[in-house]
Amino acid sequence: MDDAVIAVEGLVKRYGSVVALDGVDLRVSRGTVFGLLGPNGAGKTTAVRVLTTIIRPDGGRASVLGHDVVREAAAVRYRIGLAGQNAAVDGNLTGRENLRLIGRLTQLPRRRIADRADELLERFGLSSARDRLVRTYSGGMRRRLDLAAALVHYPEVVFLDEPTTGLDPQGRLELWEIIRELAAGGATVLLTTQYLEEADRLANRVAVVDRGRVIAEGTPVQLKAQFGSAVLEVGLPDEATATRAEMLLASYGVERDGNQICVKDVDGPRIFVDALCTLEGAGLTPSTMAIREPSLADVFLALTGRRAESDGDRAQQQATTESRT
Amino acid sequence: MTAAVYVRPLERRGIQRFLGSVGDIRAVAGRNLLTYRRVPQLVVFSTIQPVVFVLLFRYVFGGAISIPGVSYVDYLMPGIFIQTAVFGSIGTAVGLSTDLNTGFLERFRSLPMARSAVLAGRTLADLARNVFVVAMMVAIGFAVGFRVHTGVPQLVAALALVLLFGYVLSWVLATVGLVVGEPEAAQAAAFPVIAPFVFASNNFVPVSSMPAWLRVFAEHQPVSVTTQAVRTLVLGGSAGPDVLKSLAWMAGILLVFVPLSVWRYQRSA
Repeated sequence: MDDAVIAVEGLVKRYGSVVALDGVDLRVSRGTVFGLLGPNGAGKTTAVRVLTTIIRPDGGRASVLGHDVVREAAAVRYRIGLAGQNAAVDGNLTGRENLRLIGRLTQLPRRRIADRADELLERFGLSSARDRLVRTYSGGMRRRLDLAAALVHYPEVVFLDEPTTGLDPQGRLELWEIIRELAAGGATVLLTTQYLEEADRLANRVAVVDRGRVIAEGTPVQLKAQFGSAVLEVGLPDEATATRAEMLLASYGVERDGNQICVKDVDGPRIFVDALCTLEGAGLTPSTMAIREPSLADVFLALTGRRAESDGDRAQQQATTESRT
Repeated sequence: MTAAVYVRPLERRGIQRFLGSVGDIRAVAGRNLLTYRRVPQLVVFSTIQPVVFVLLFRYVFGGAISIPGVSYVDYLMPGIFIQTAVFGSIGTAVGLSTDLNTGFLERFRSLPMARSAVLAGRTLADLARNVFVVAMMVAIGFAVGFRVHTGVPQLVAALALVLLFGYVLSWVLATVGLVVGEPEAAQAAAFPVIAPFVFASNNFVPVSSMPAWLRVFAEHQPVSVTTQAVRTLVLGGSAGPDVLKSLAWMAGILLVFVPLSVWRYQRSA
């Protein structure tokens, strides 16, 4: 066996006539952060549920730390932590009580439970709120407590199902930091996300999932190199100048979007200078000009022919707008 | 992180497995009881209802109902005890569907805890809650003139039967809660399931006044049978056959609904 902590082969799960997983293969190495990226309904959550022994697959095999998730489910449960989509903490208990309950149910030695709960509360910035009922917590605090609950029994593999969905930008940054620390501490993390940026920032490797299948896999850099390309974006002050610029740069193969001109498949900064010279030579001064690195959004679009995550992006934008006002 | 010094517990085997299950059930039940303390509305409202019924039937309708050989309040109270236990079991449906809804059950299912702990911890917490509520109803019963005609042992046996019946019904309502999966809907769904058994019964009036087709049902259904057993225990008479009939019903209900709710639990999430 190689060092794969999570090994998945041909995993299939059906709900009636709906095929949620349609032959998924994955390998996740120890101590890495692995991102499952895909739109709502792609099968990310179903995959996590199978790997965390919550549901049984209809076909294929999956193992975590060498233990089969169906035949050795108990052994798997001792070693994994799960933080699901909705913060699964009890609002009618205090933060401390929540963690102590999980400590008891994960068979932490009795004398250790209290210390472990306080240690995690401290680490997640919840010490001052530890004796408050969780129903009085903010969304971000609940998420942090939920993540703490997933870590009580020192899991070697941590599954995070859309850990930052619904969080404001500040909360999202805090959670990213925590996830990085987790991996730095030696844990293997599998996270699902519909935010391309999140996978890009956190994950060592990414699998793009669509309609129950893995359609691409690699490091974010590899994926972007393979399926995306840099774009030169030139913004012009008004429509008349934009039209002239479009004609001047036509030989590069351009796309027009309002007052903005895009040059695709840029391979290096040379073109930036060339384009600027061409425009200046004709007496045009761009109001903005930049080379945009390919994003995983471009990768997703290239792979599926569909825009990724309109929902997620909208939610993200909304959160950003809200935090500004 | 100080993970390096942590030695993971071994998987439980044999007797350890059993003791571990007991520990898990206690942990889950303790958490559920804490919820009742933190949200007293859950208990208070299920207590107010039977109190209203006691006042209504004792002082408003009771005067118009005459039962040969026994004062109406003595006839009424065993019915009220059973009604309290029956409606109390709705708490099981509400509690479980809440946990299903918030994703708490999903977390439980990913933990290395006993599979039985969620359902057993839930129903046992609701049993403990019923002890409290039924005790209160007994006190109220004495306050409005209810008297035991037999003795303390018979009263204790009668109350044990009431609590056992409530516990058995918790498994029925556990199934309802897991099927419905949402607390408000569970409450709404539970009432029509329960109401015919509570009202088309001998709880408040003798079945002899009911039309023949209804009487057959009202006489033999589990709520009436158990109320009758409780009545004969506290008012006198040979209670044996009634108690046995009631226990037979309970065994039958458990036989159907324990596997059914476990099956639903395993498929939930």
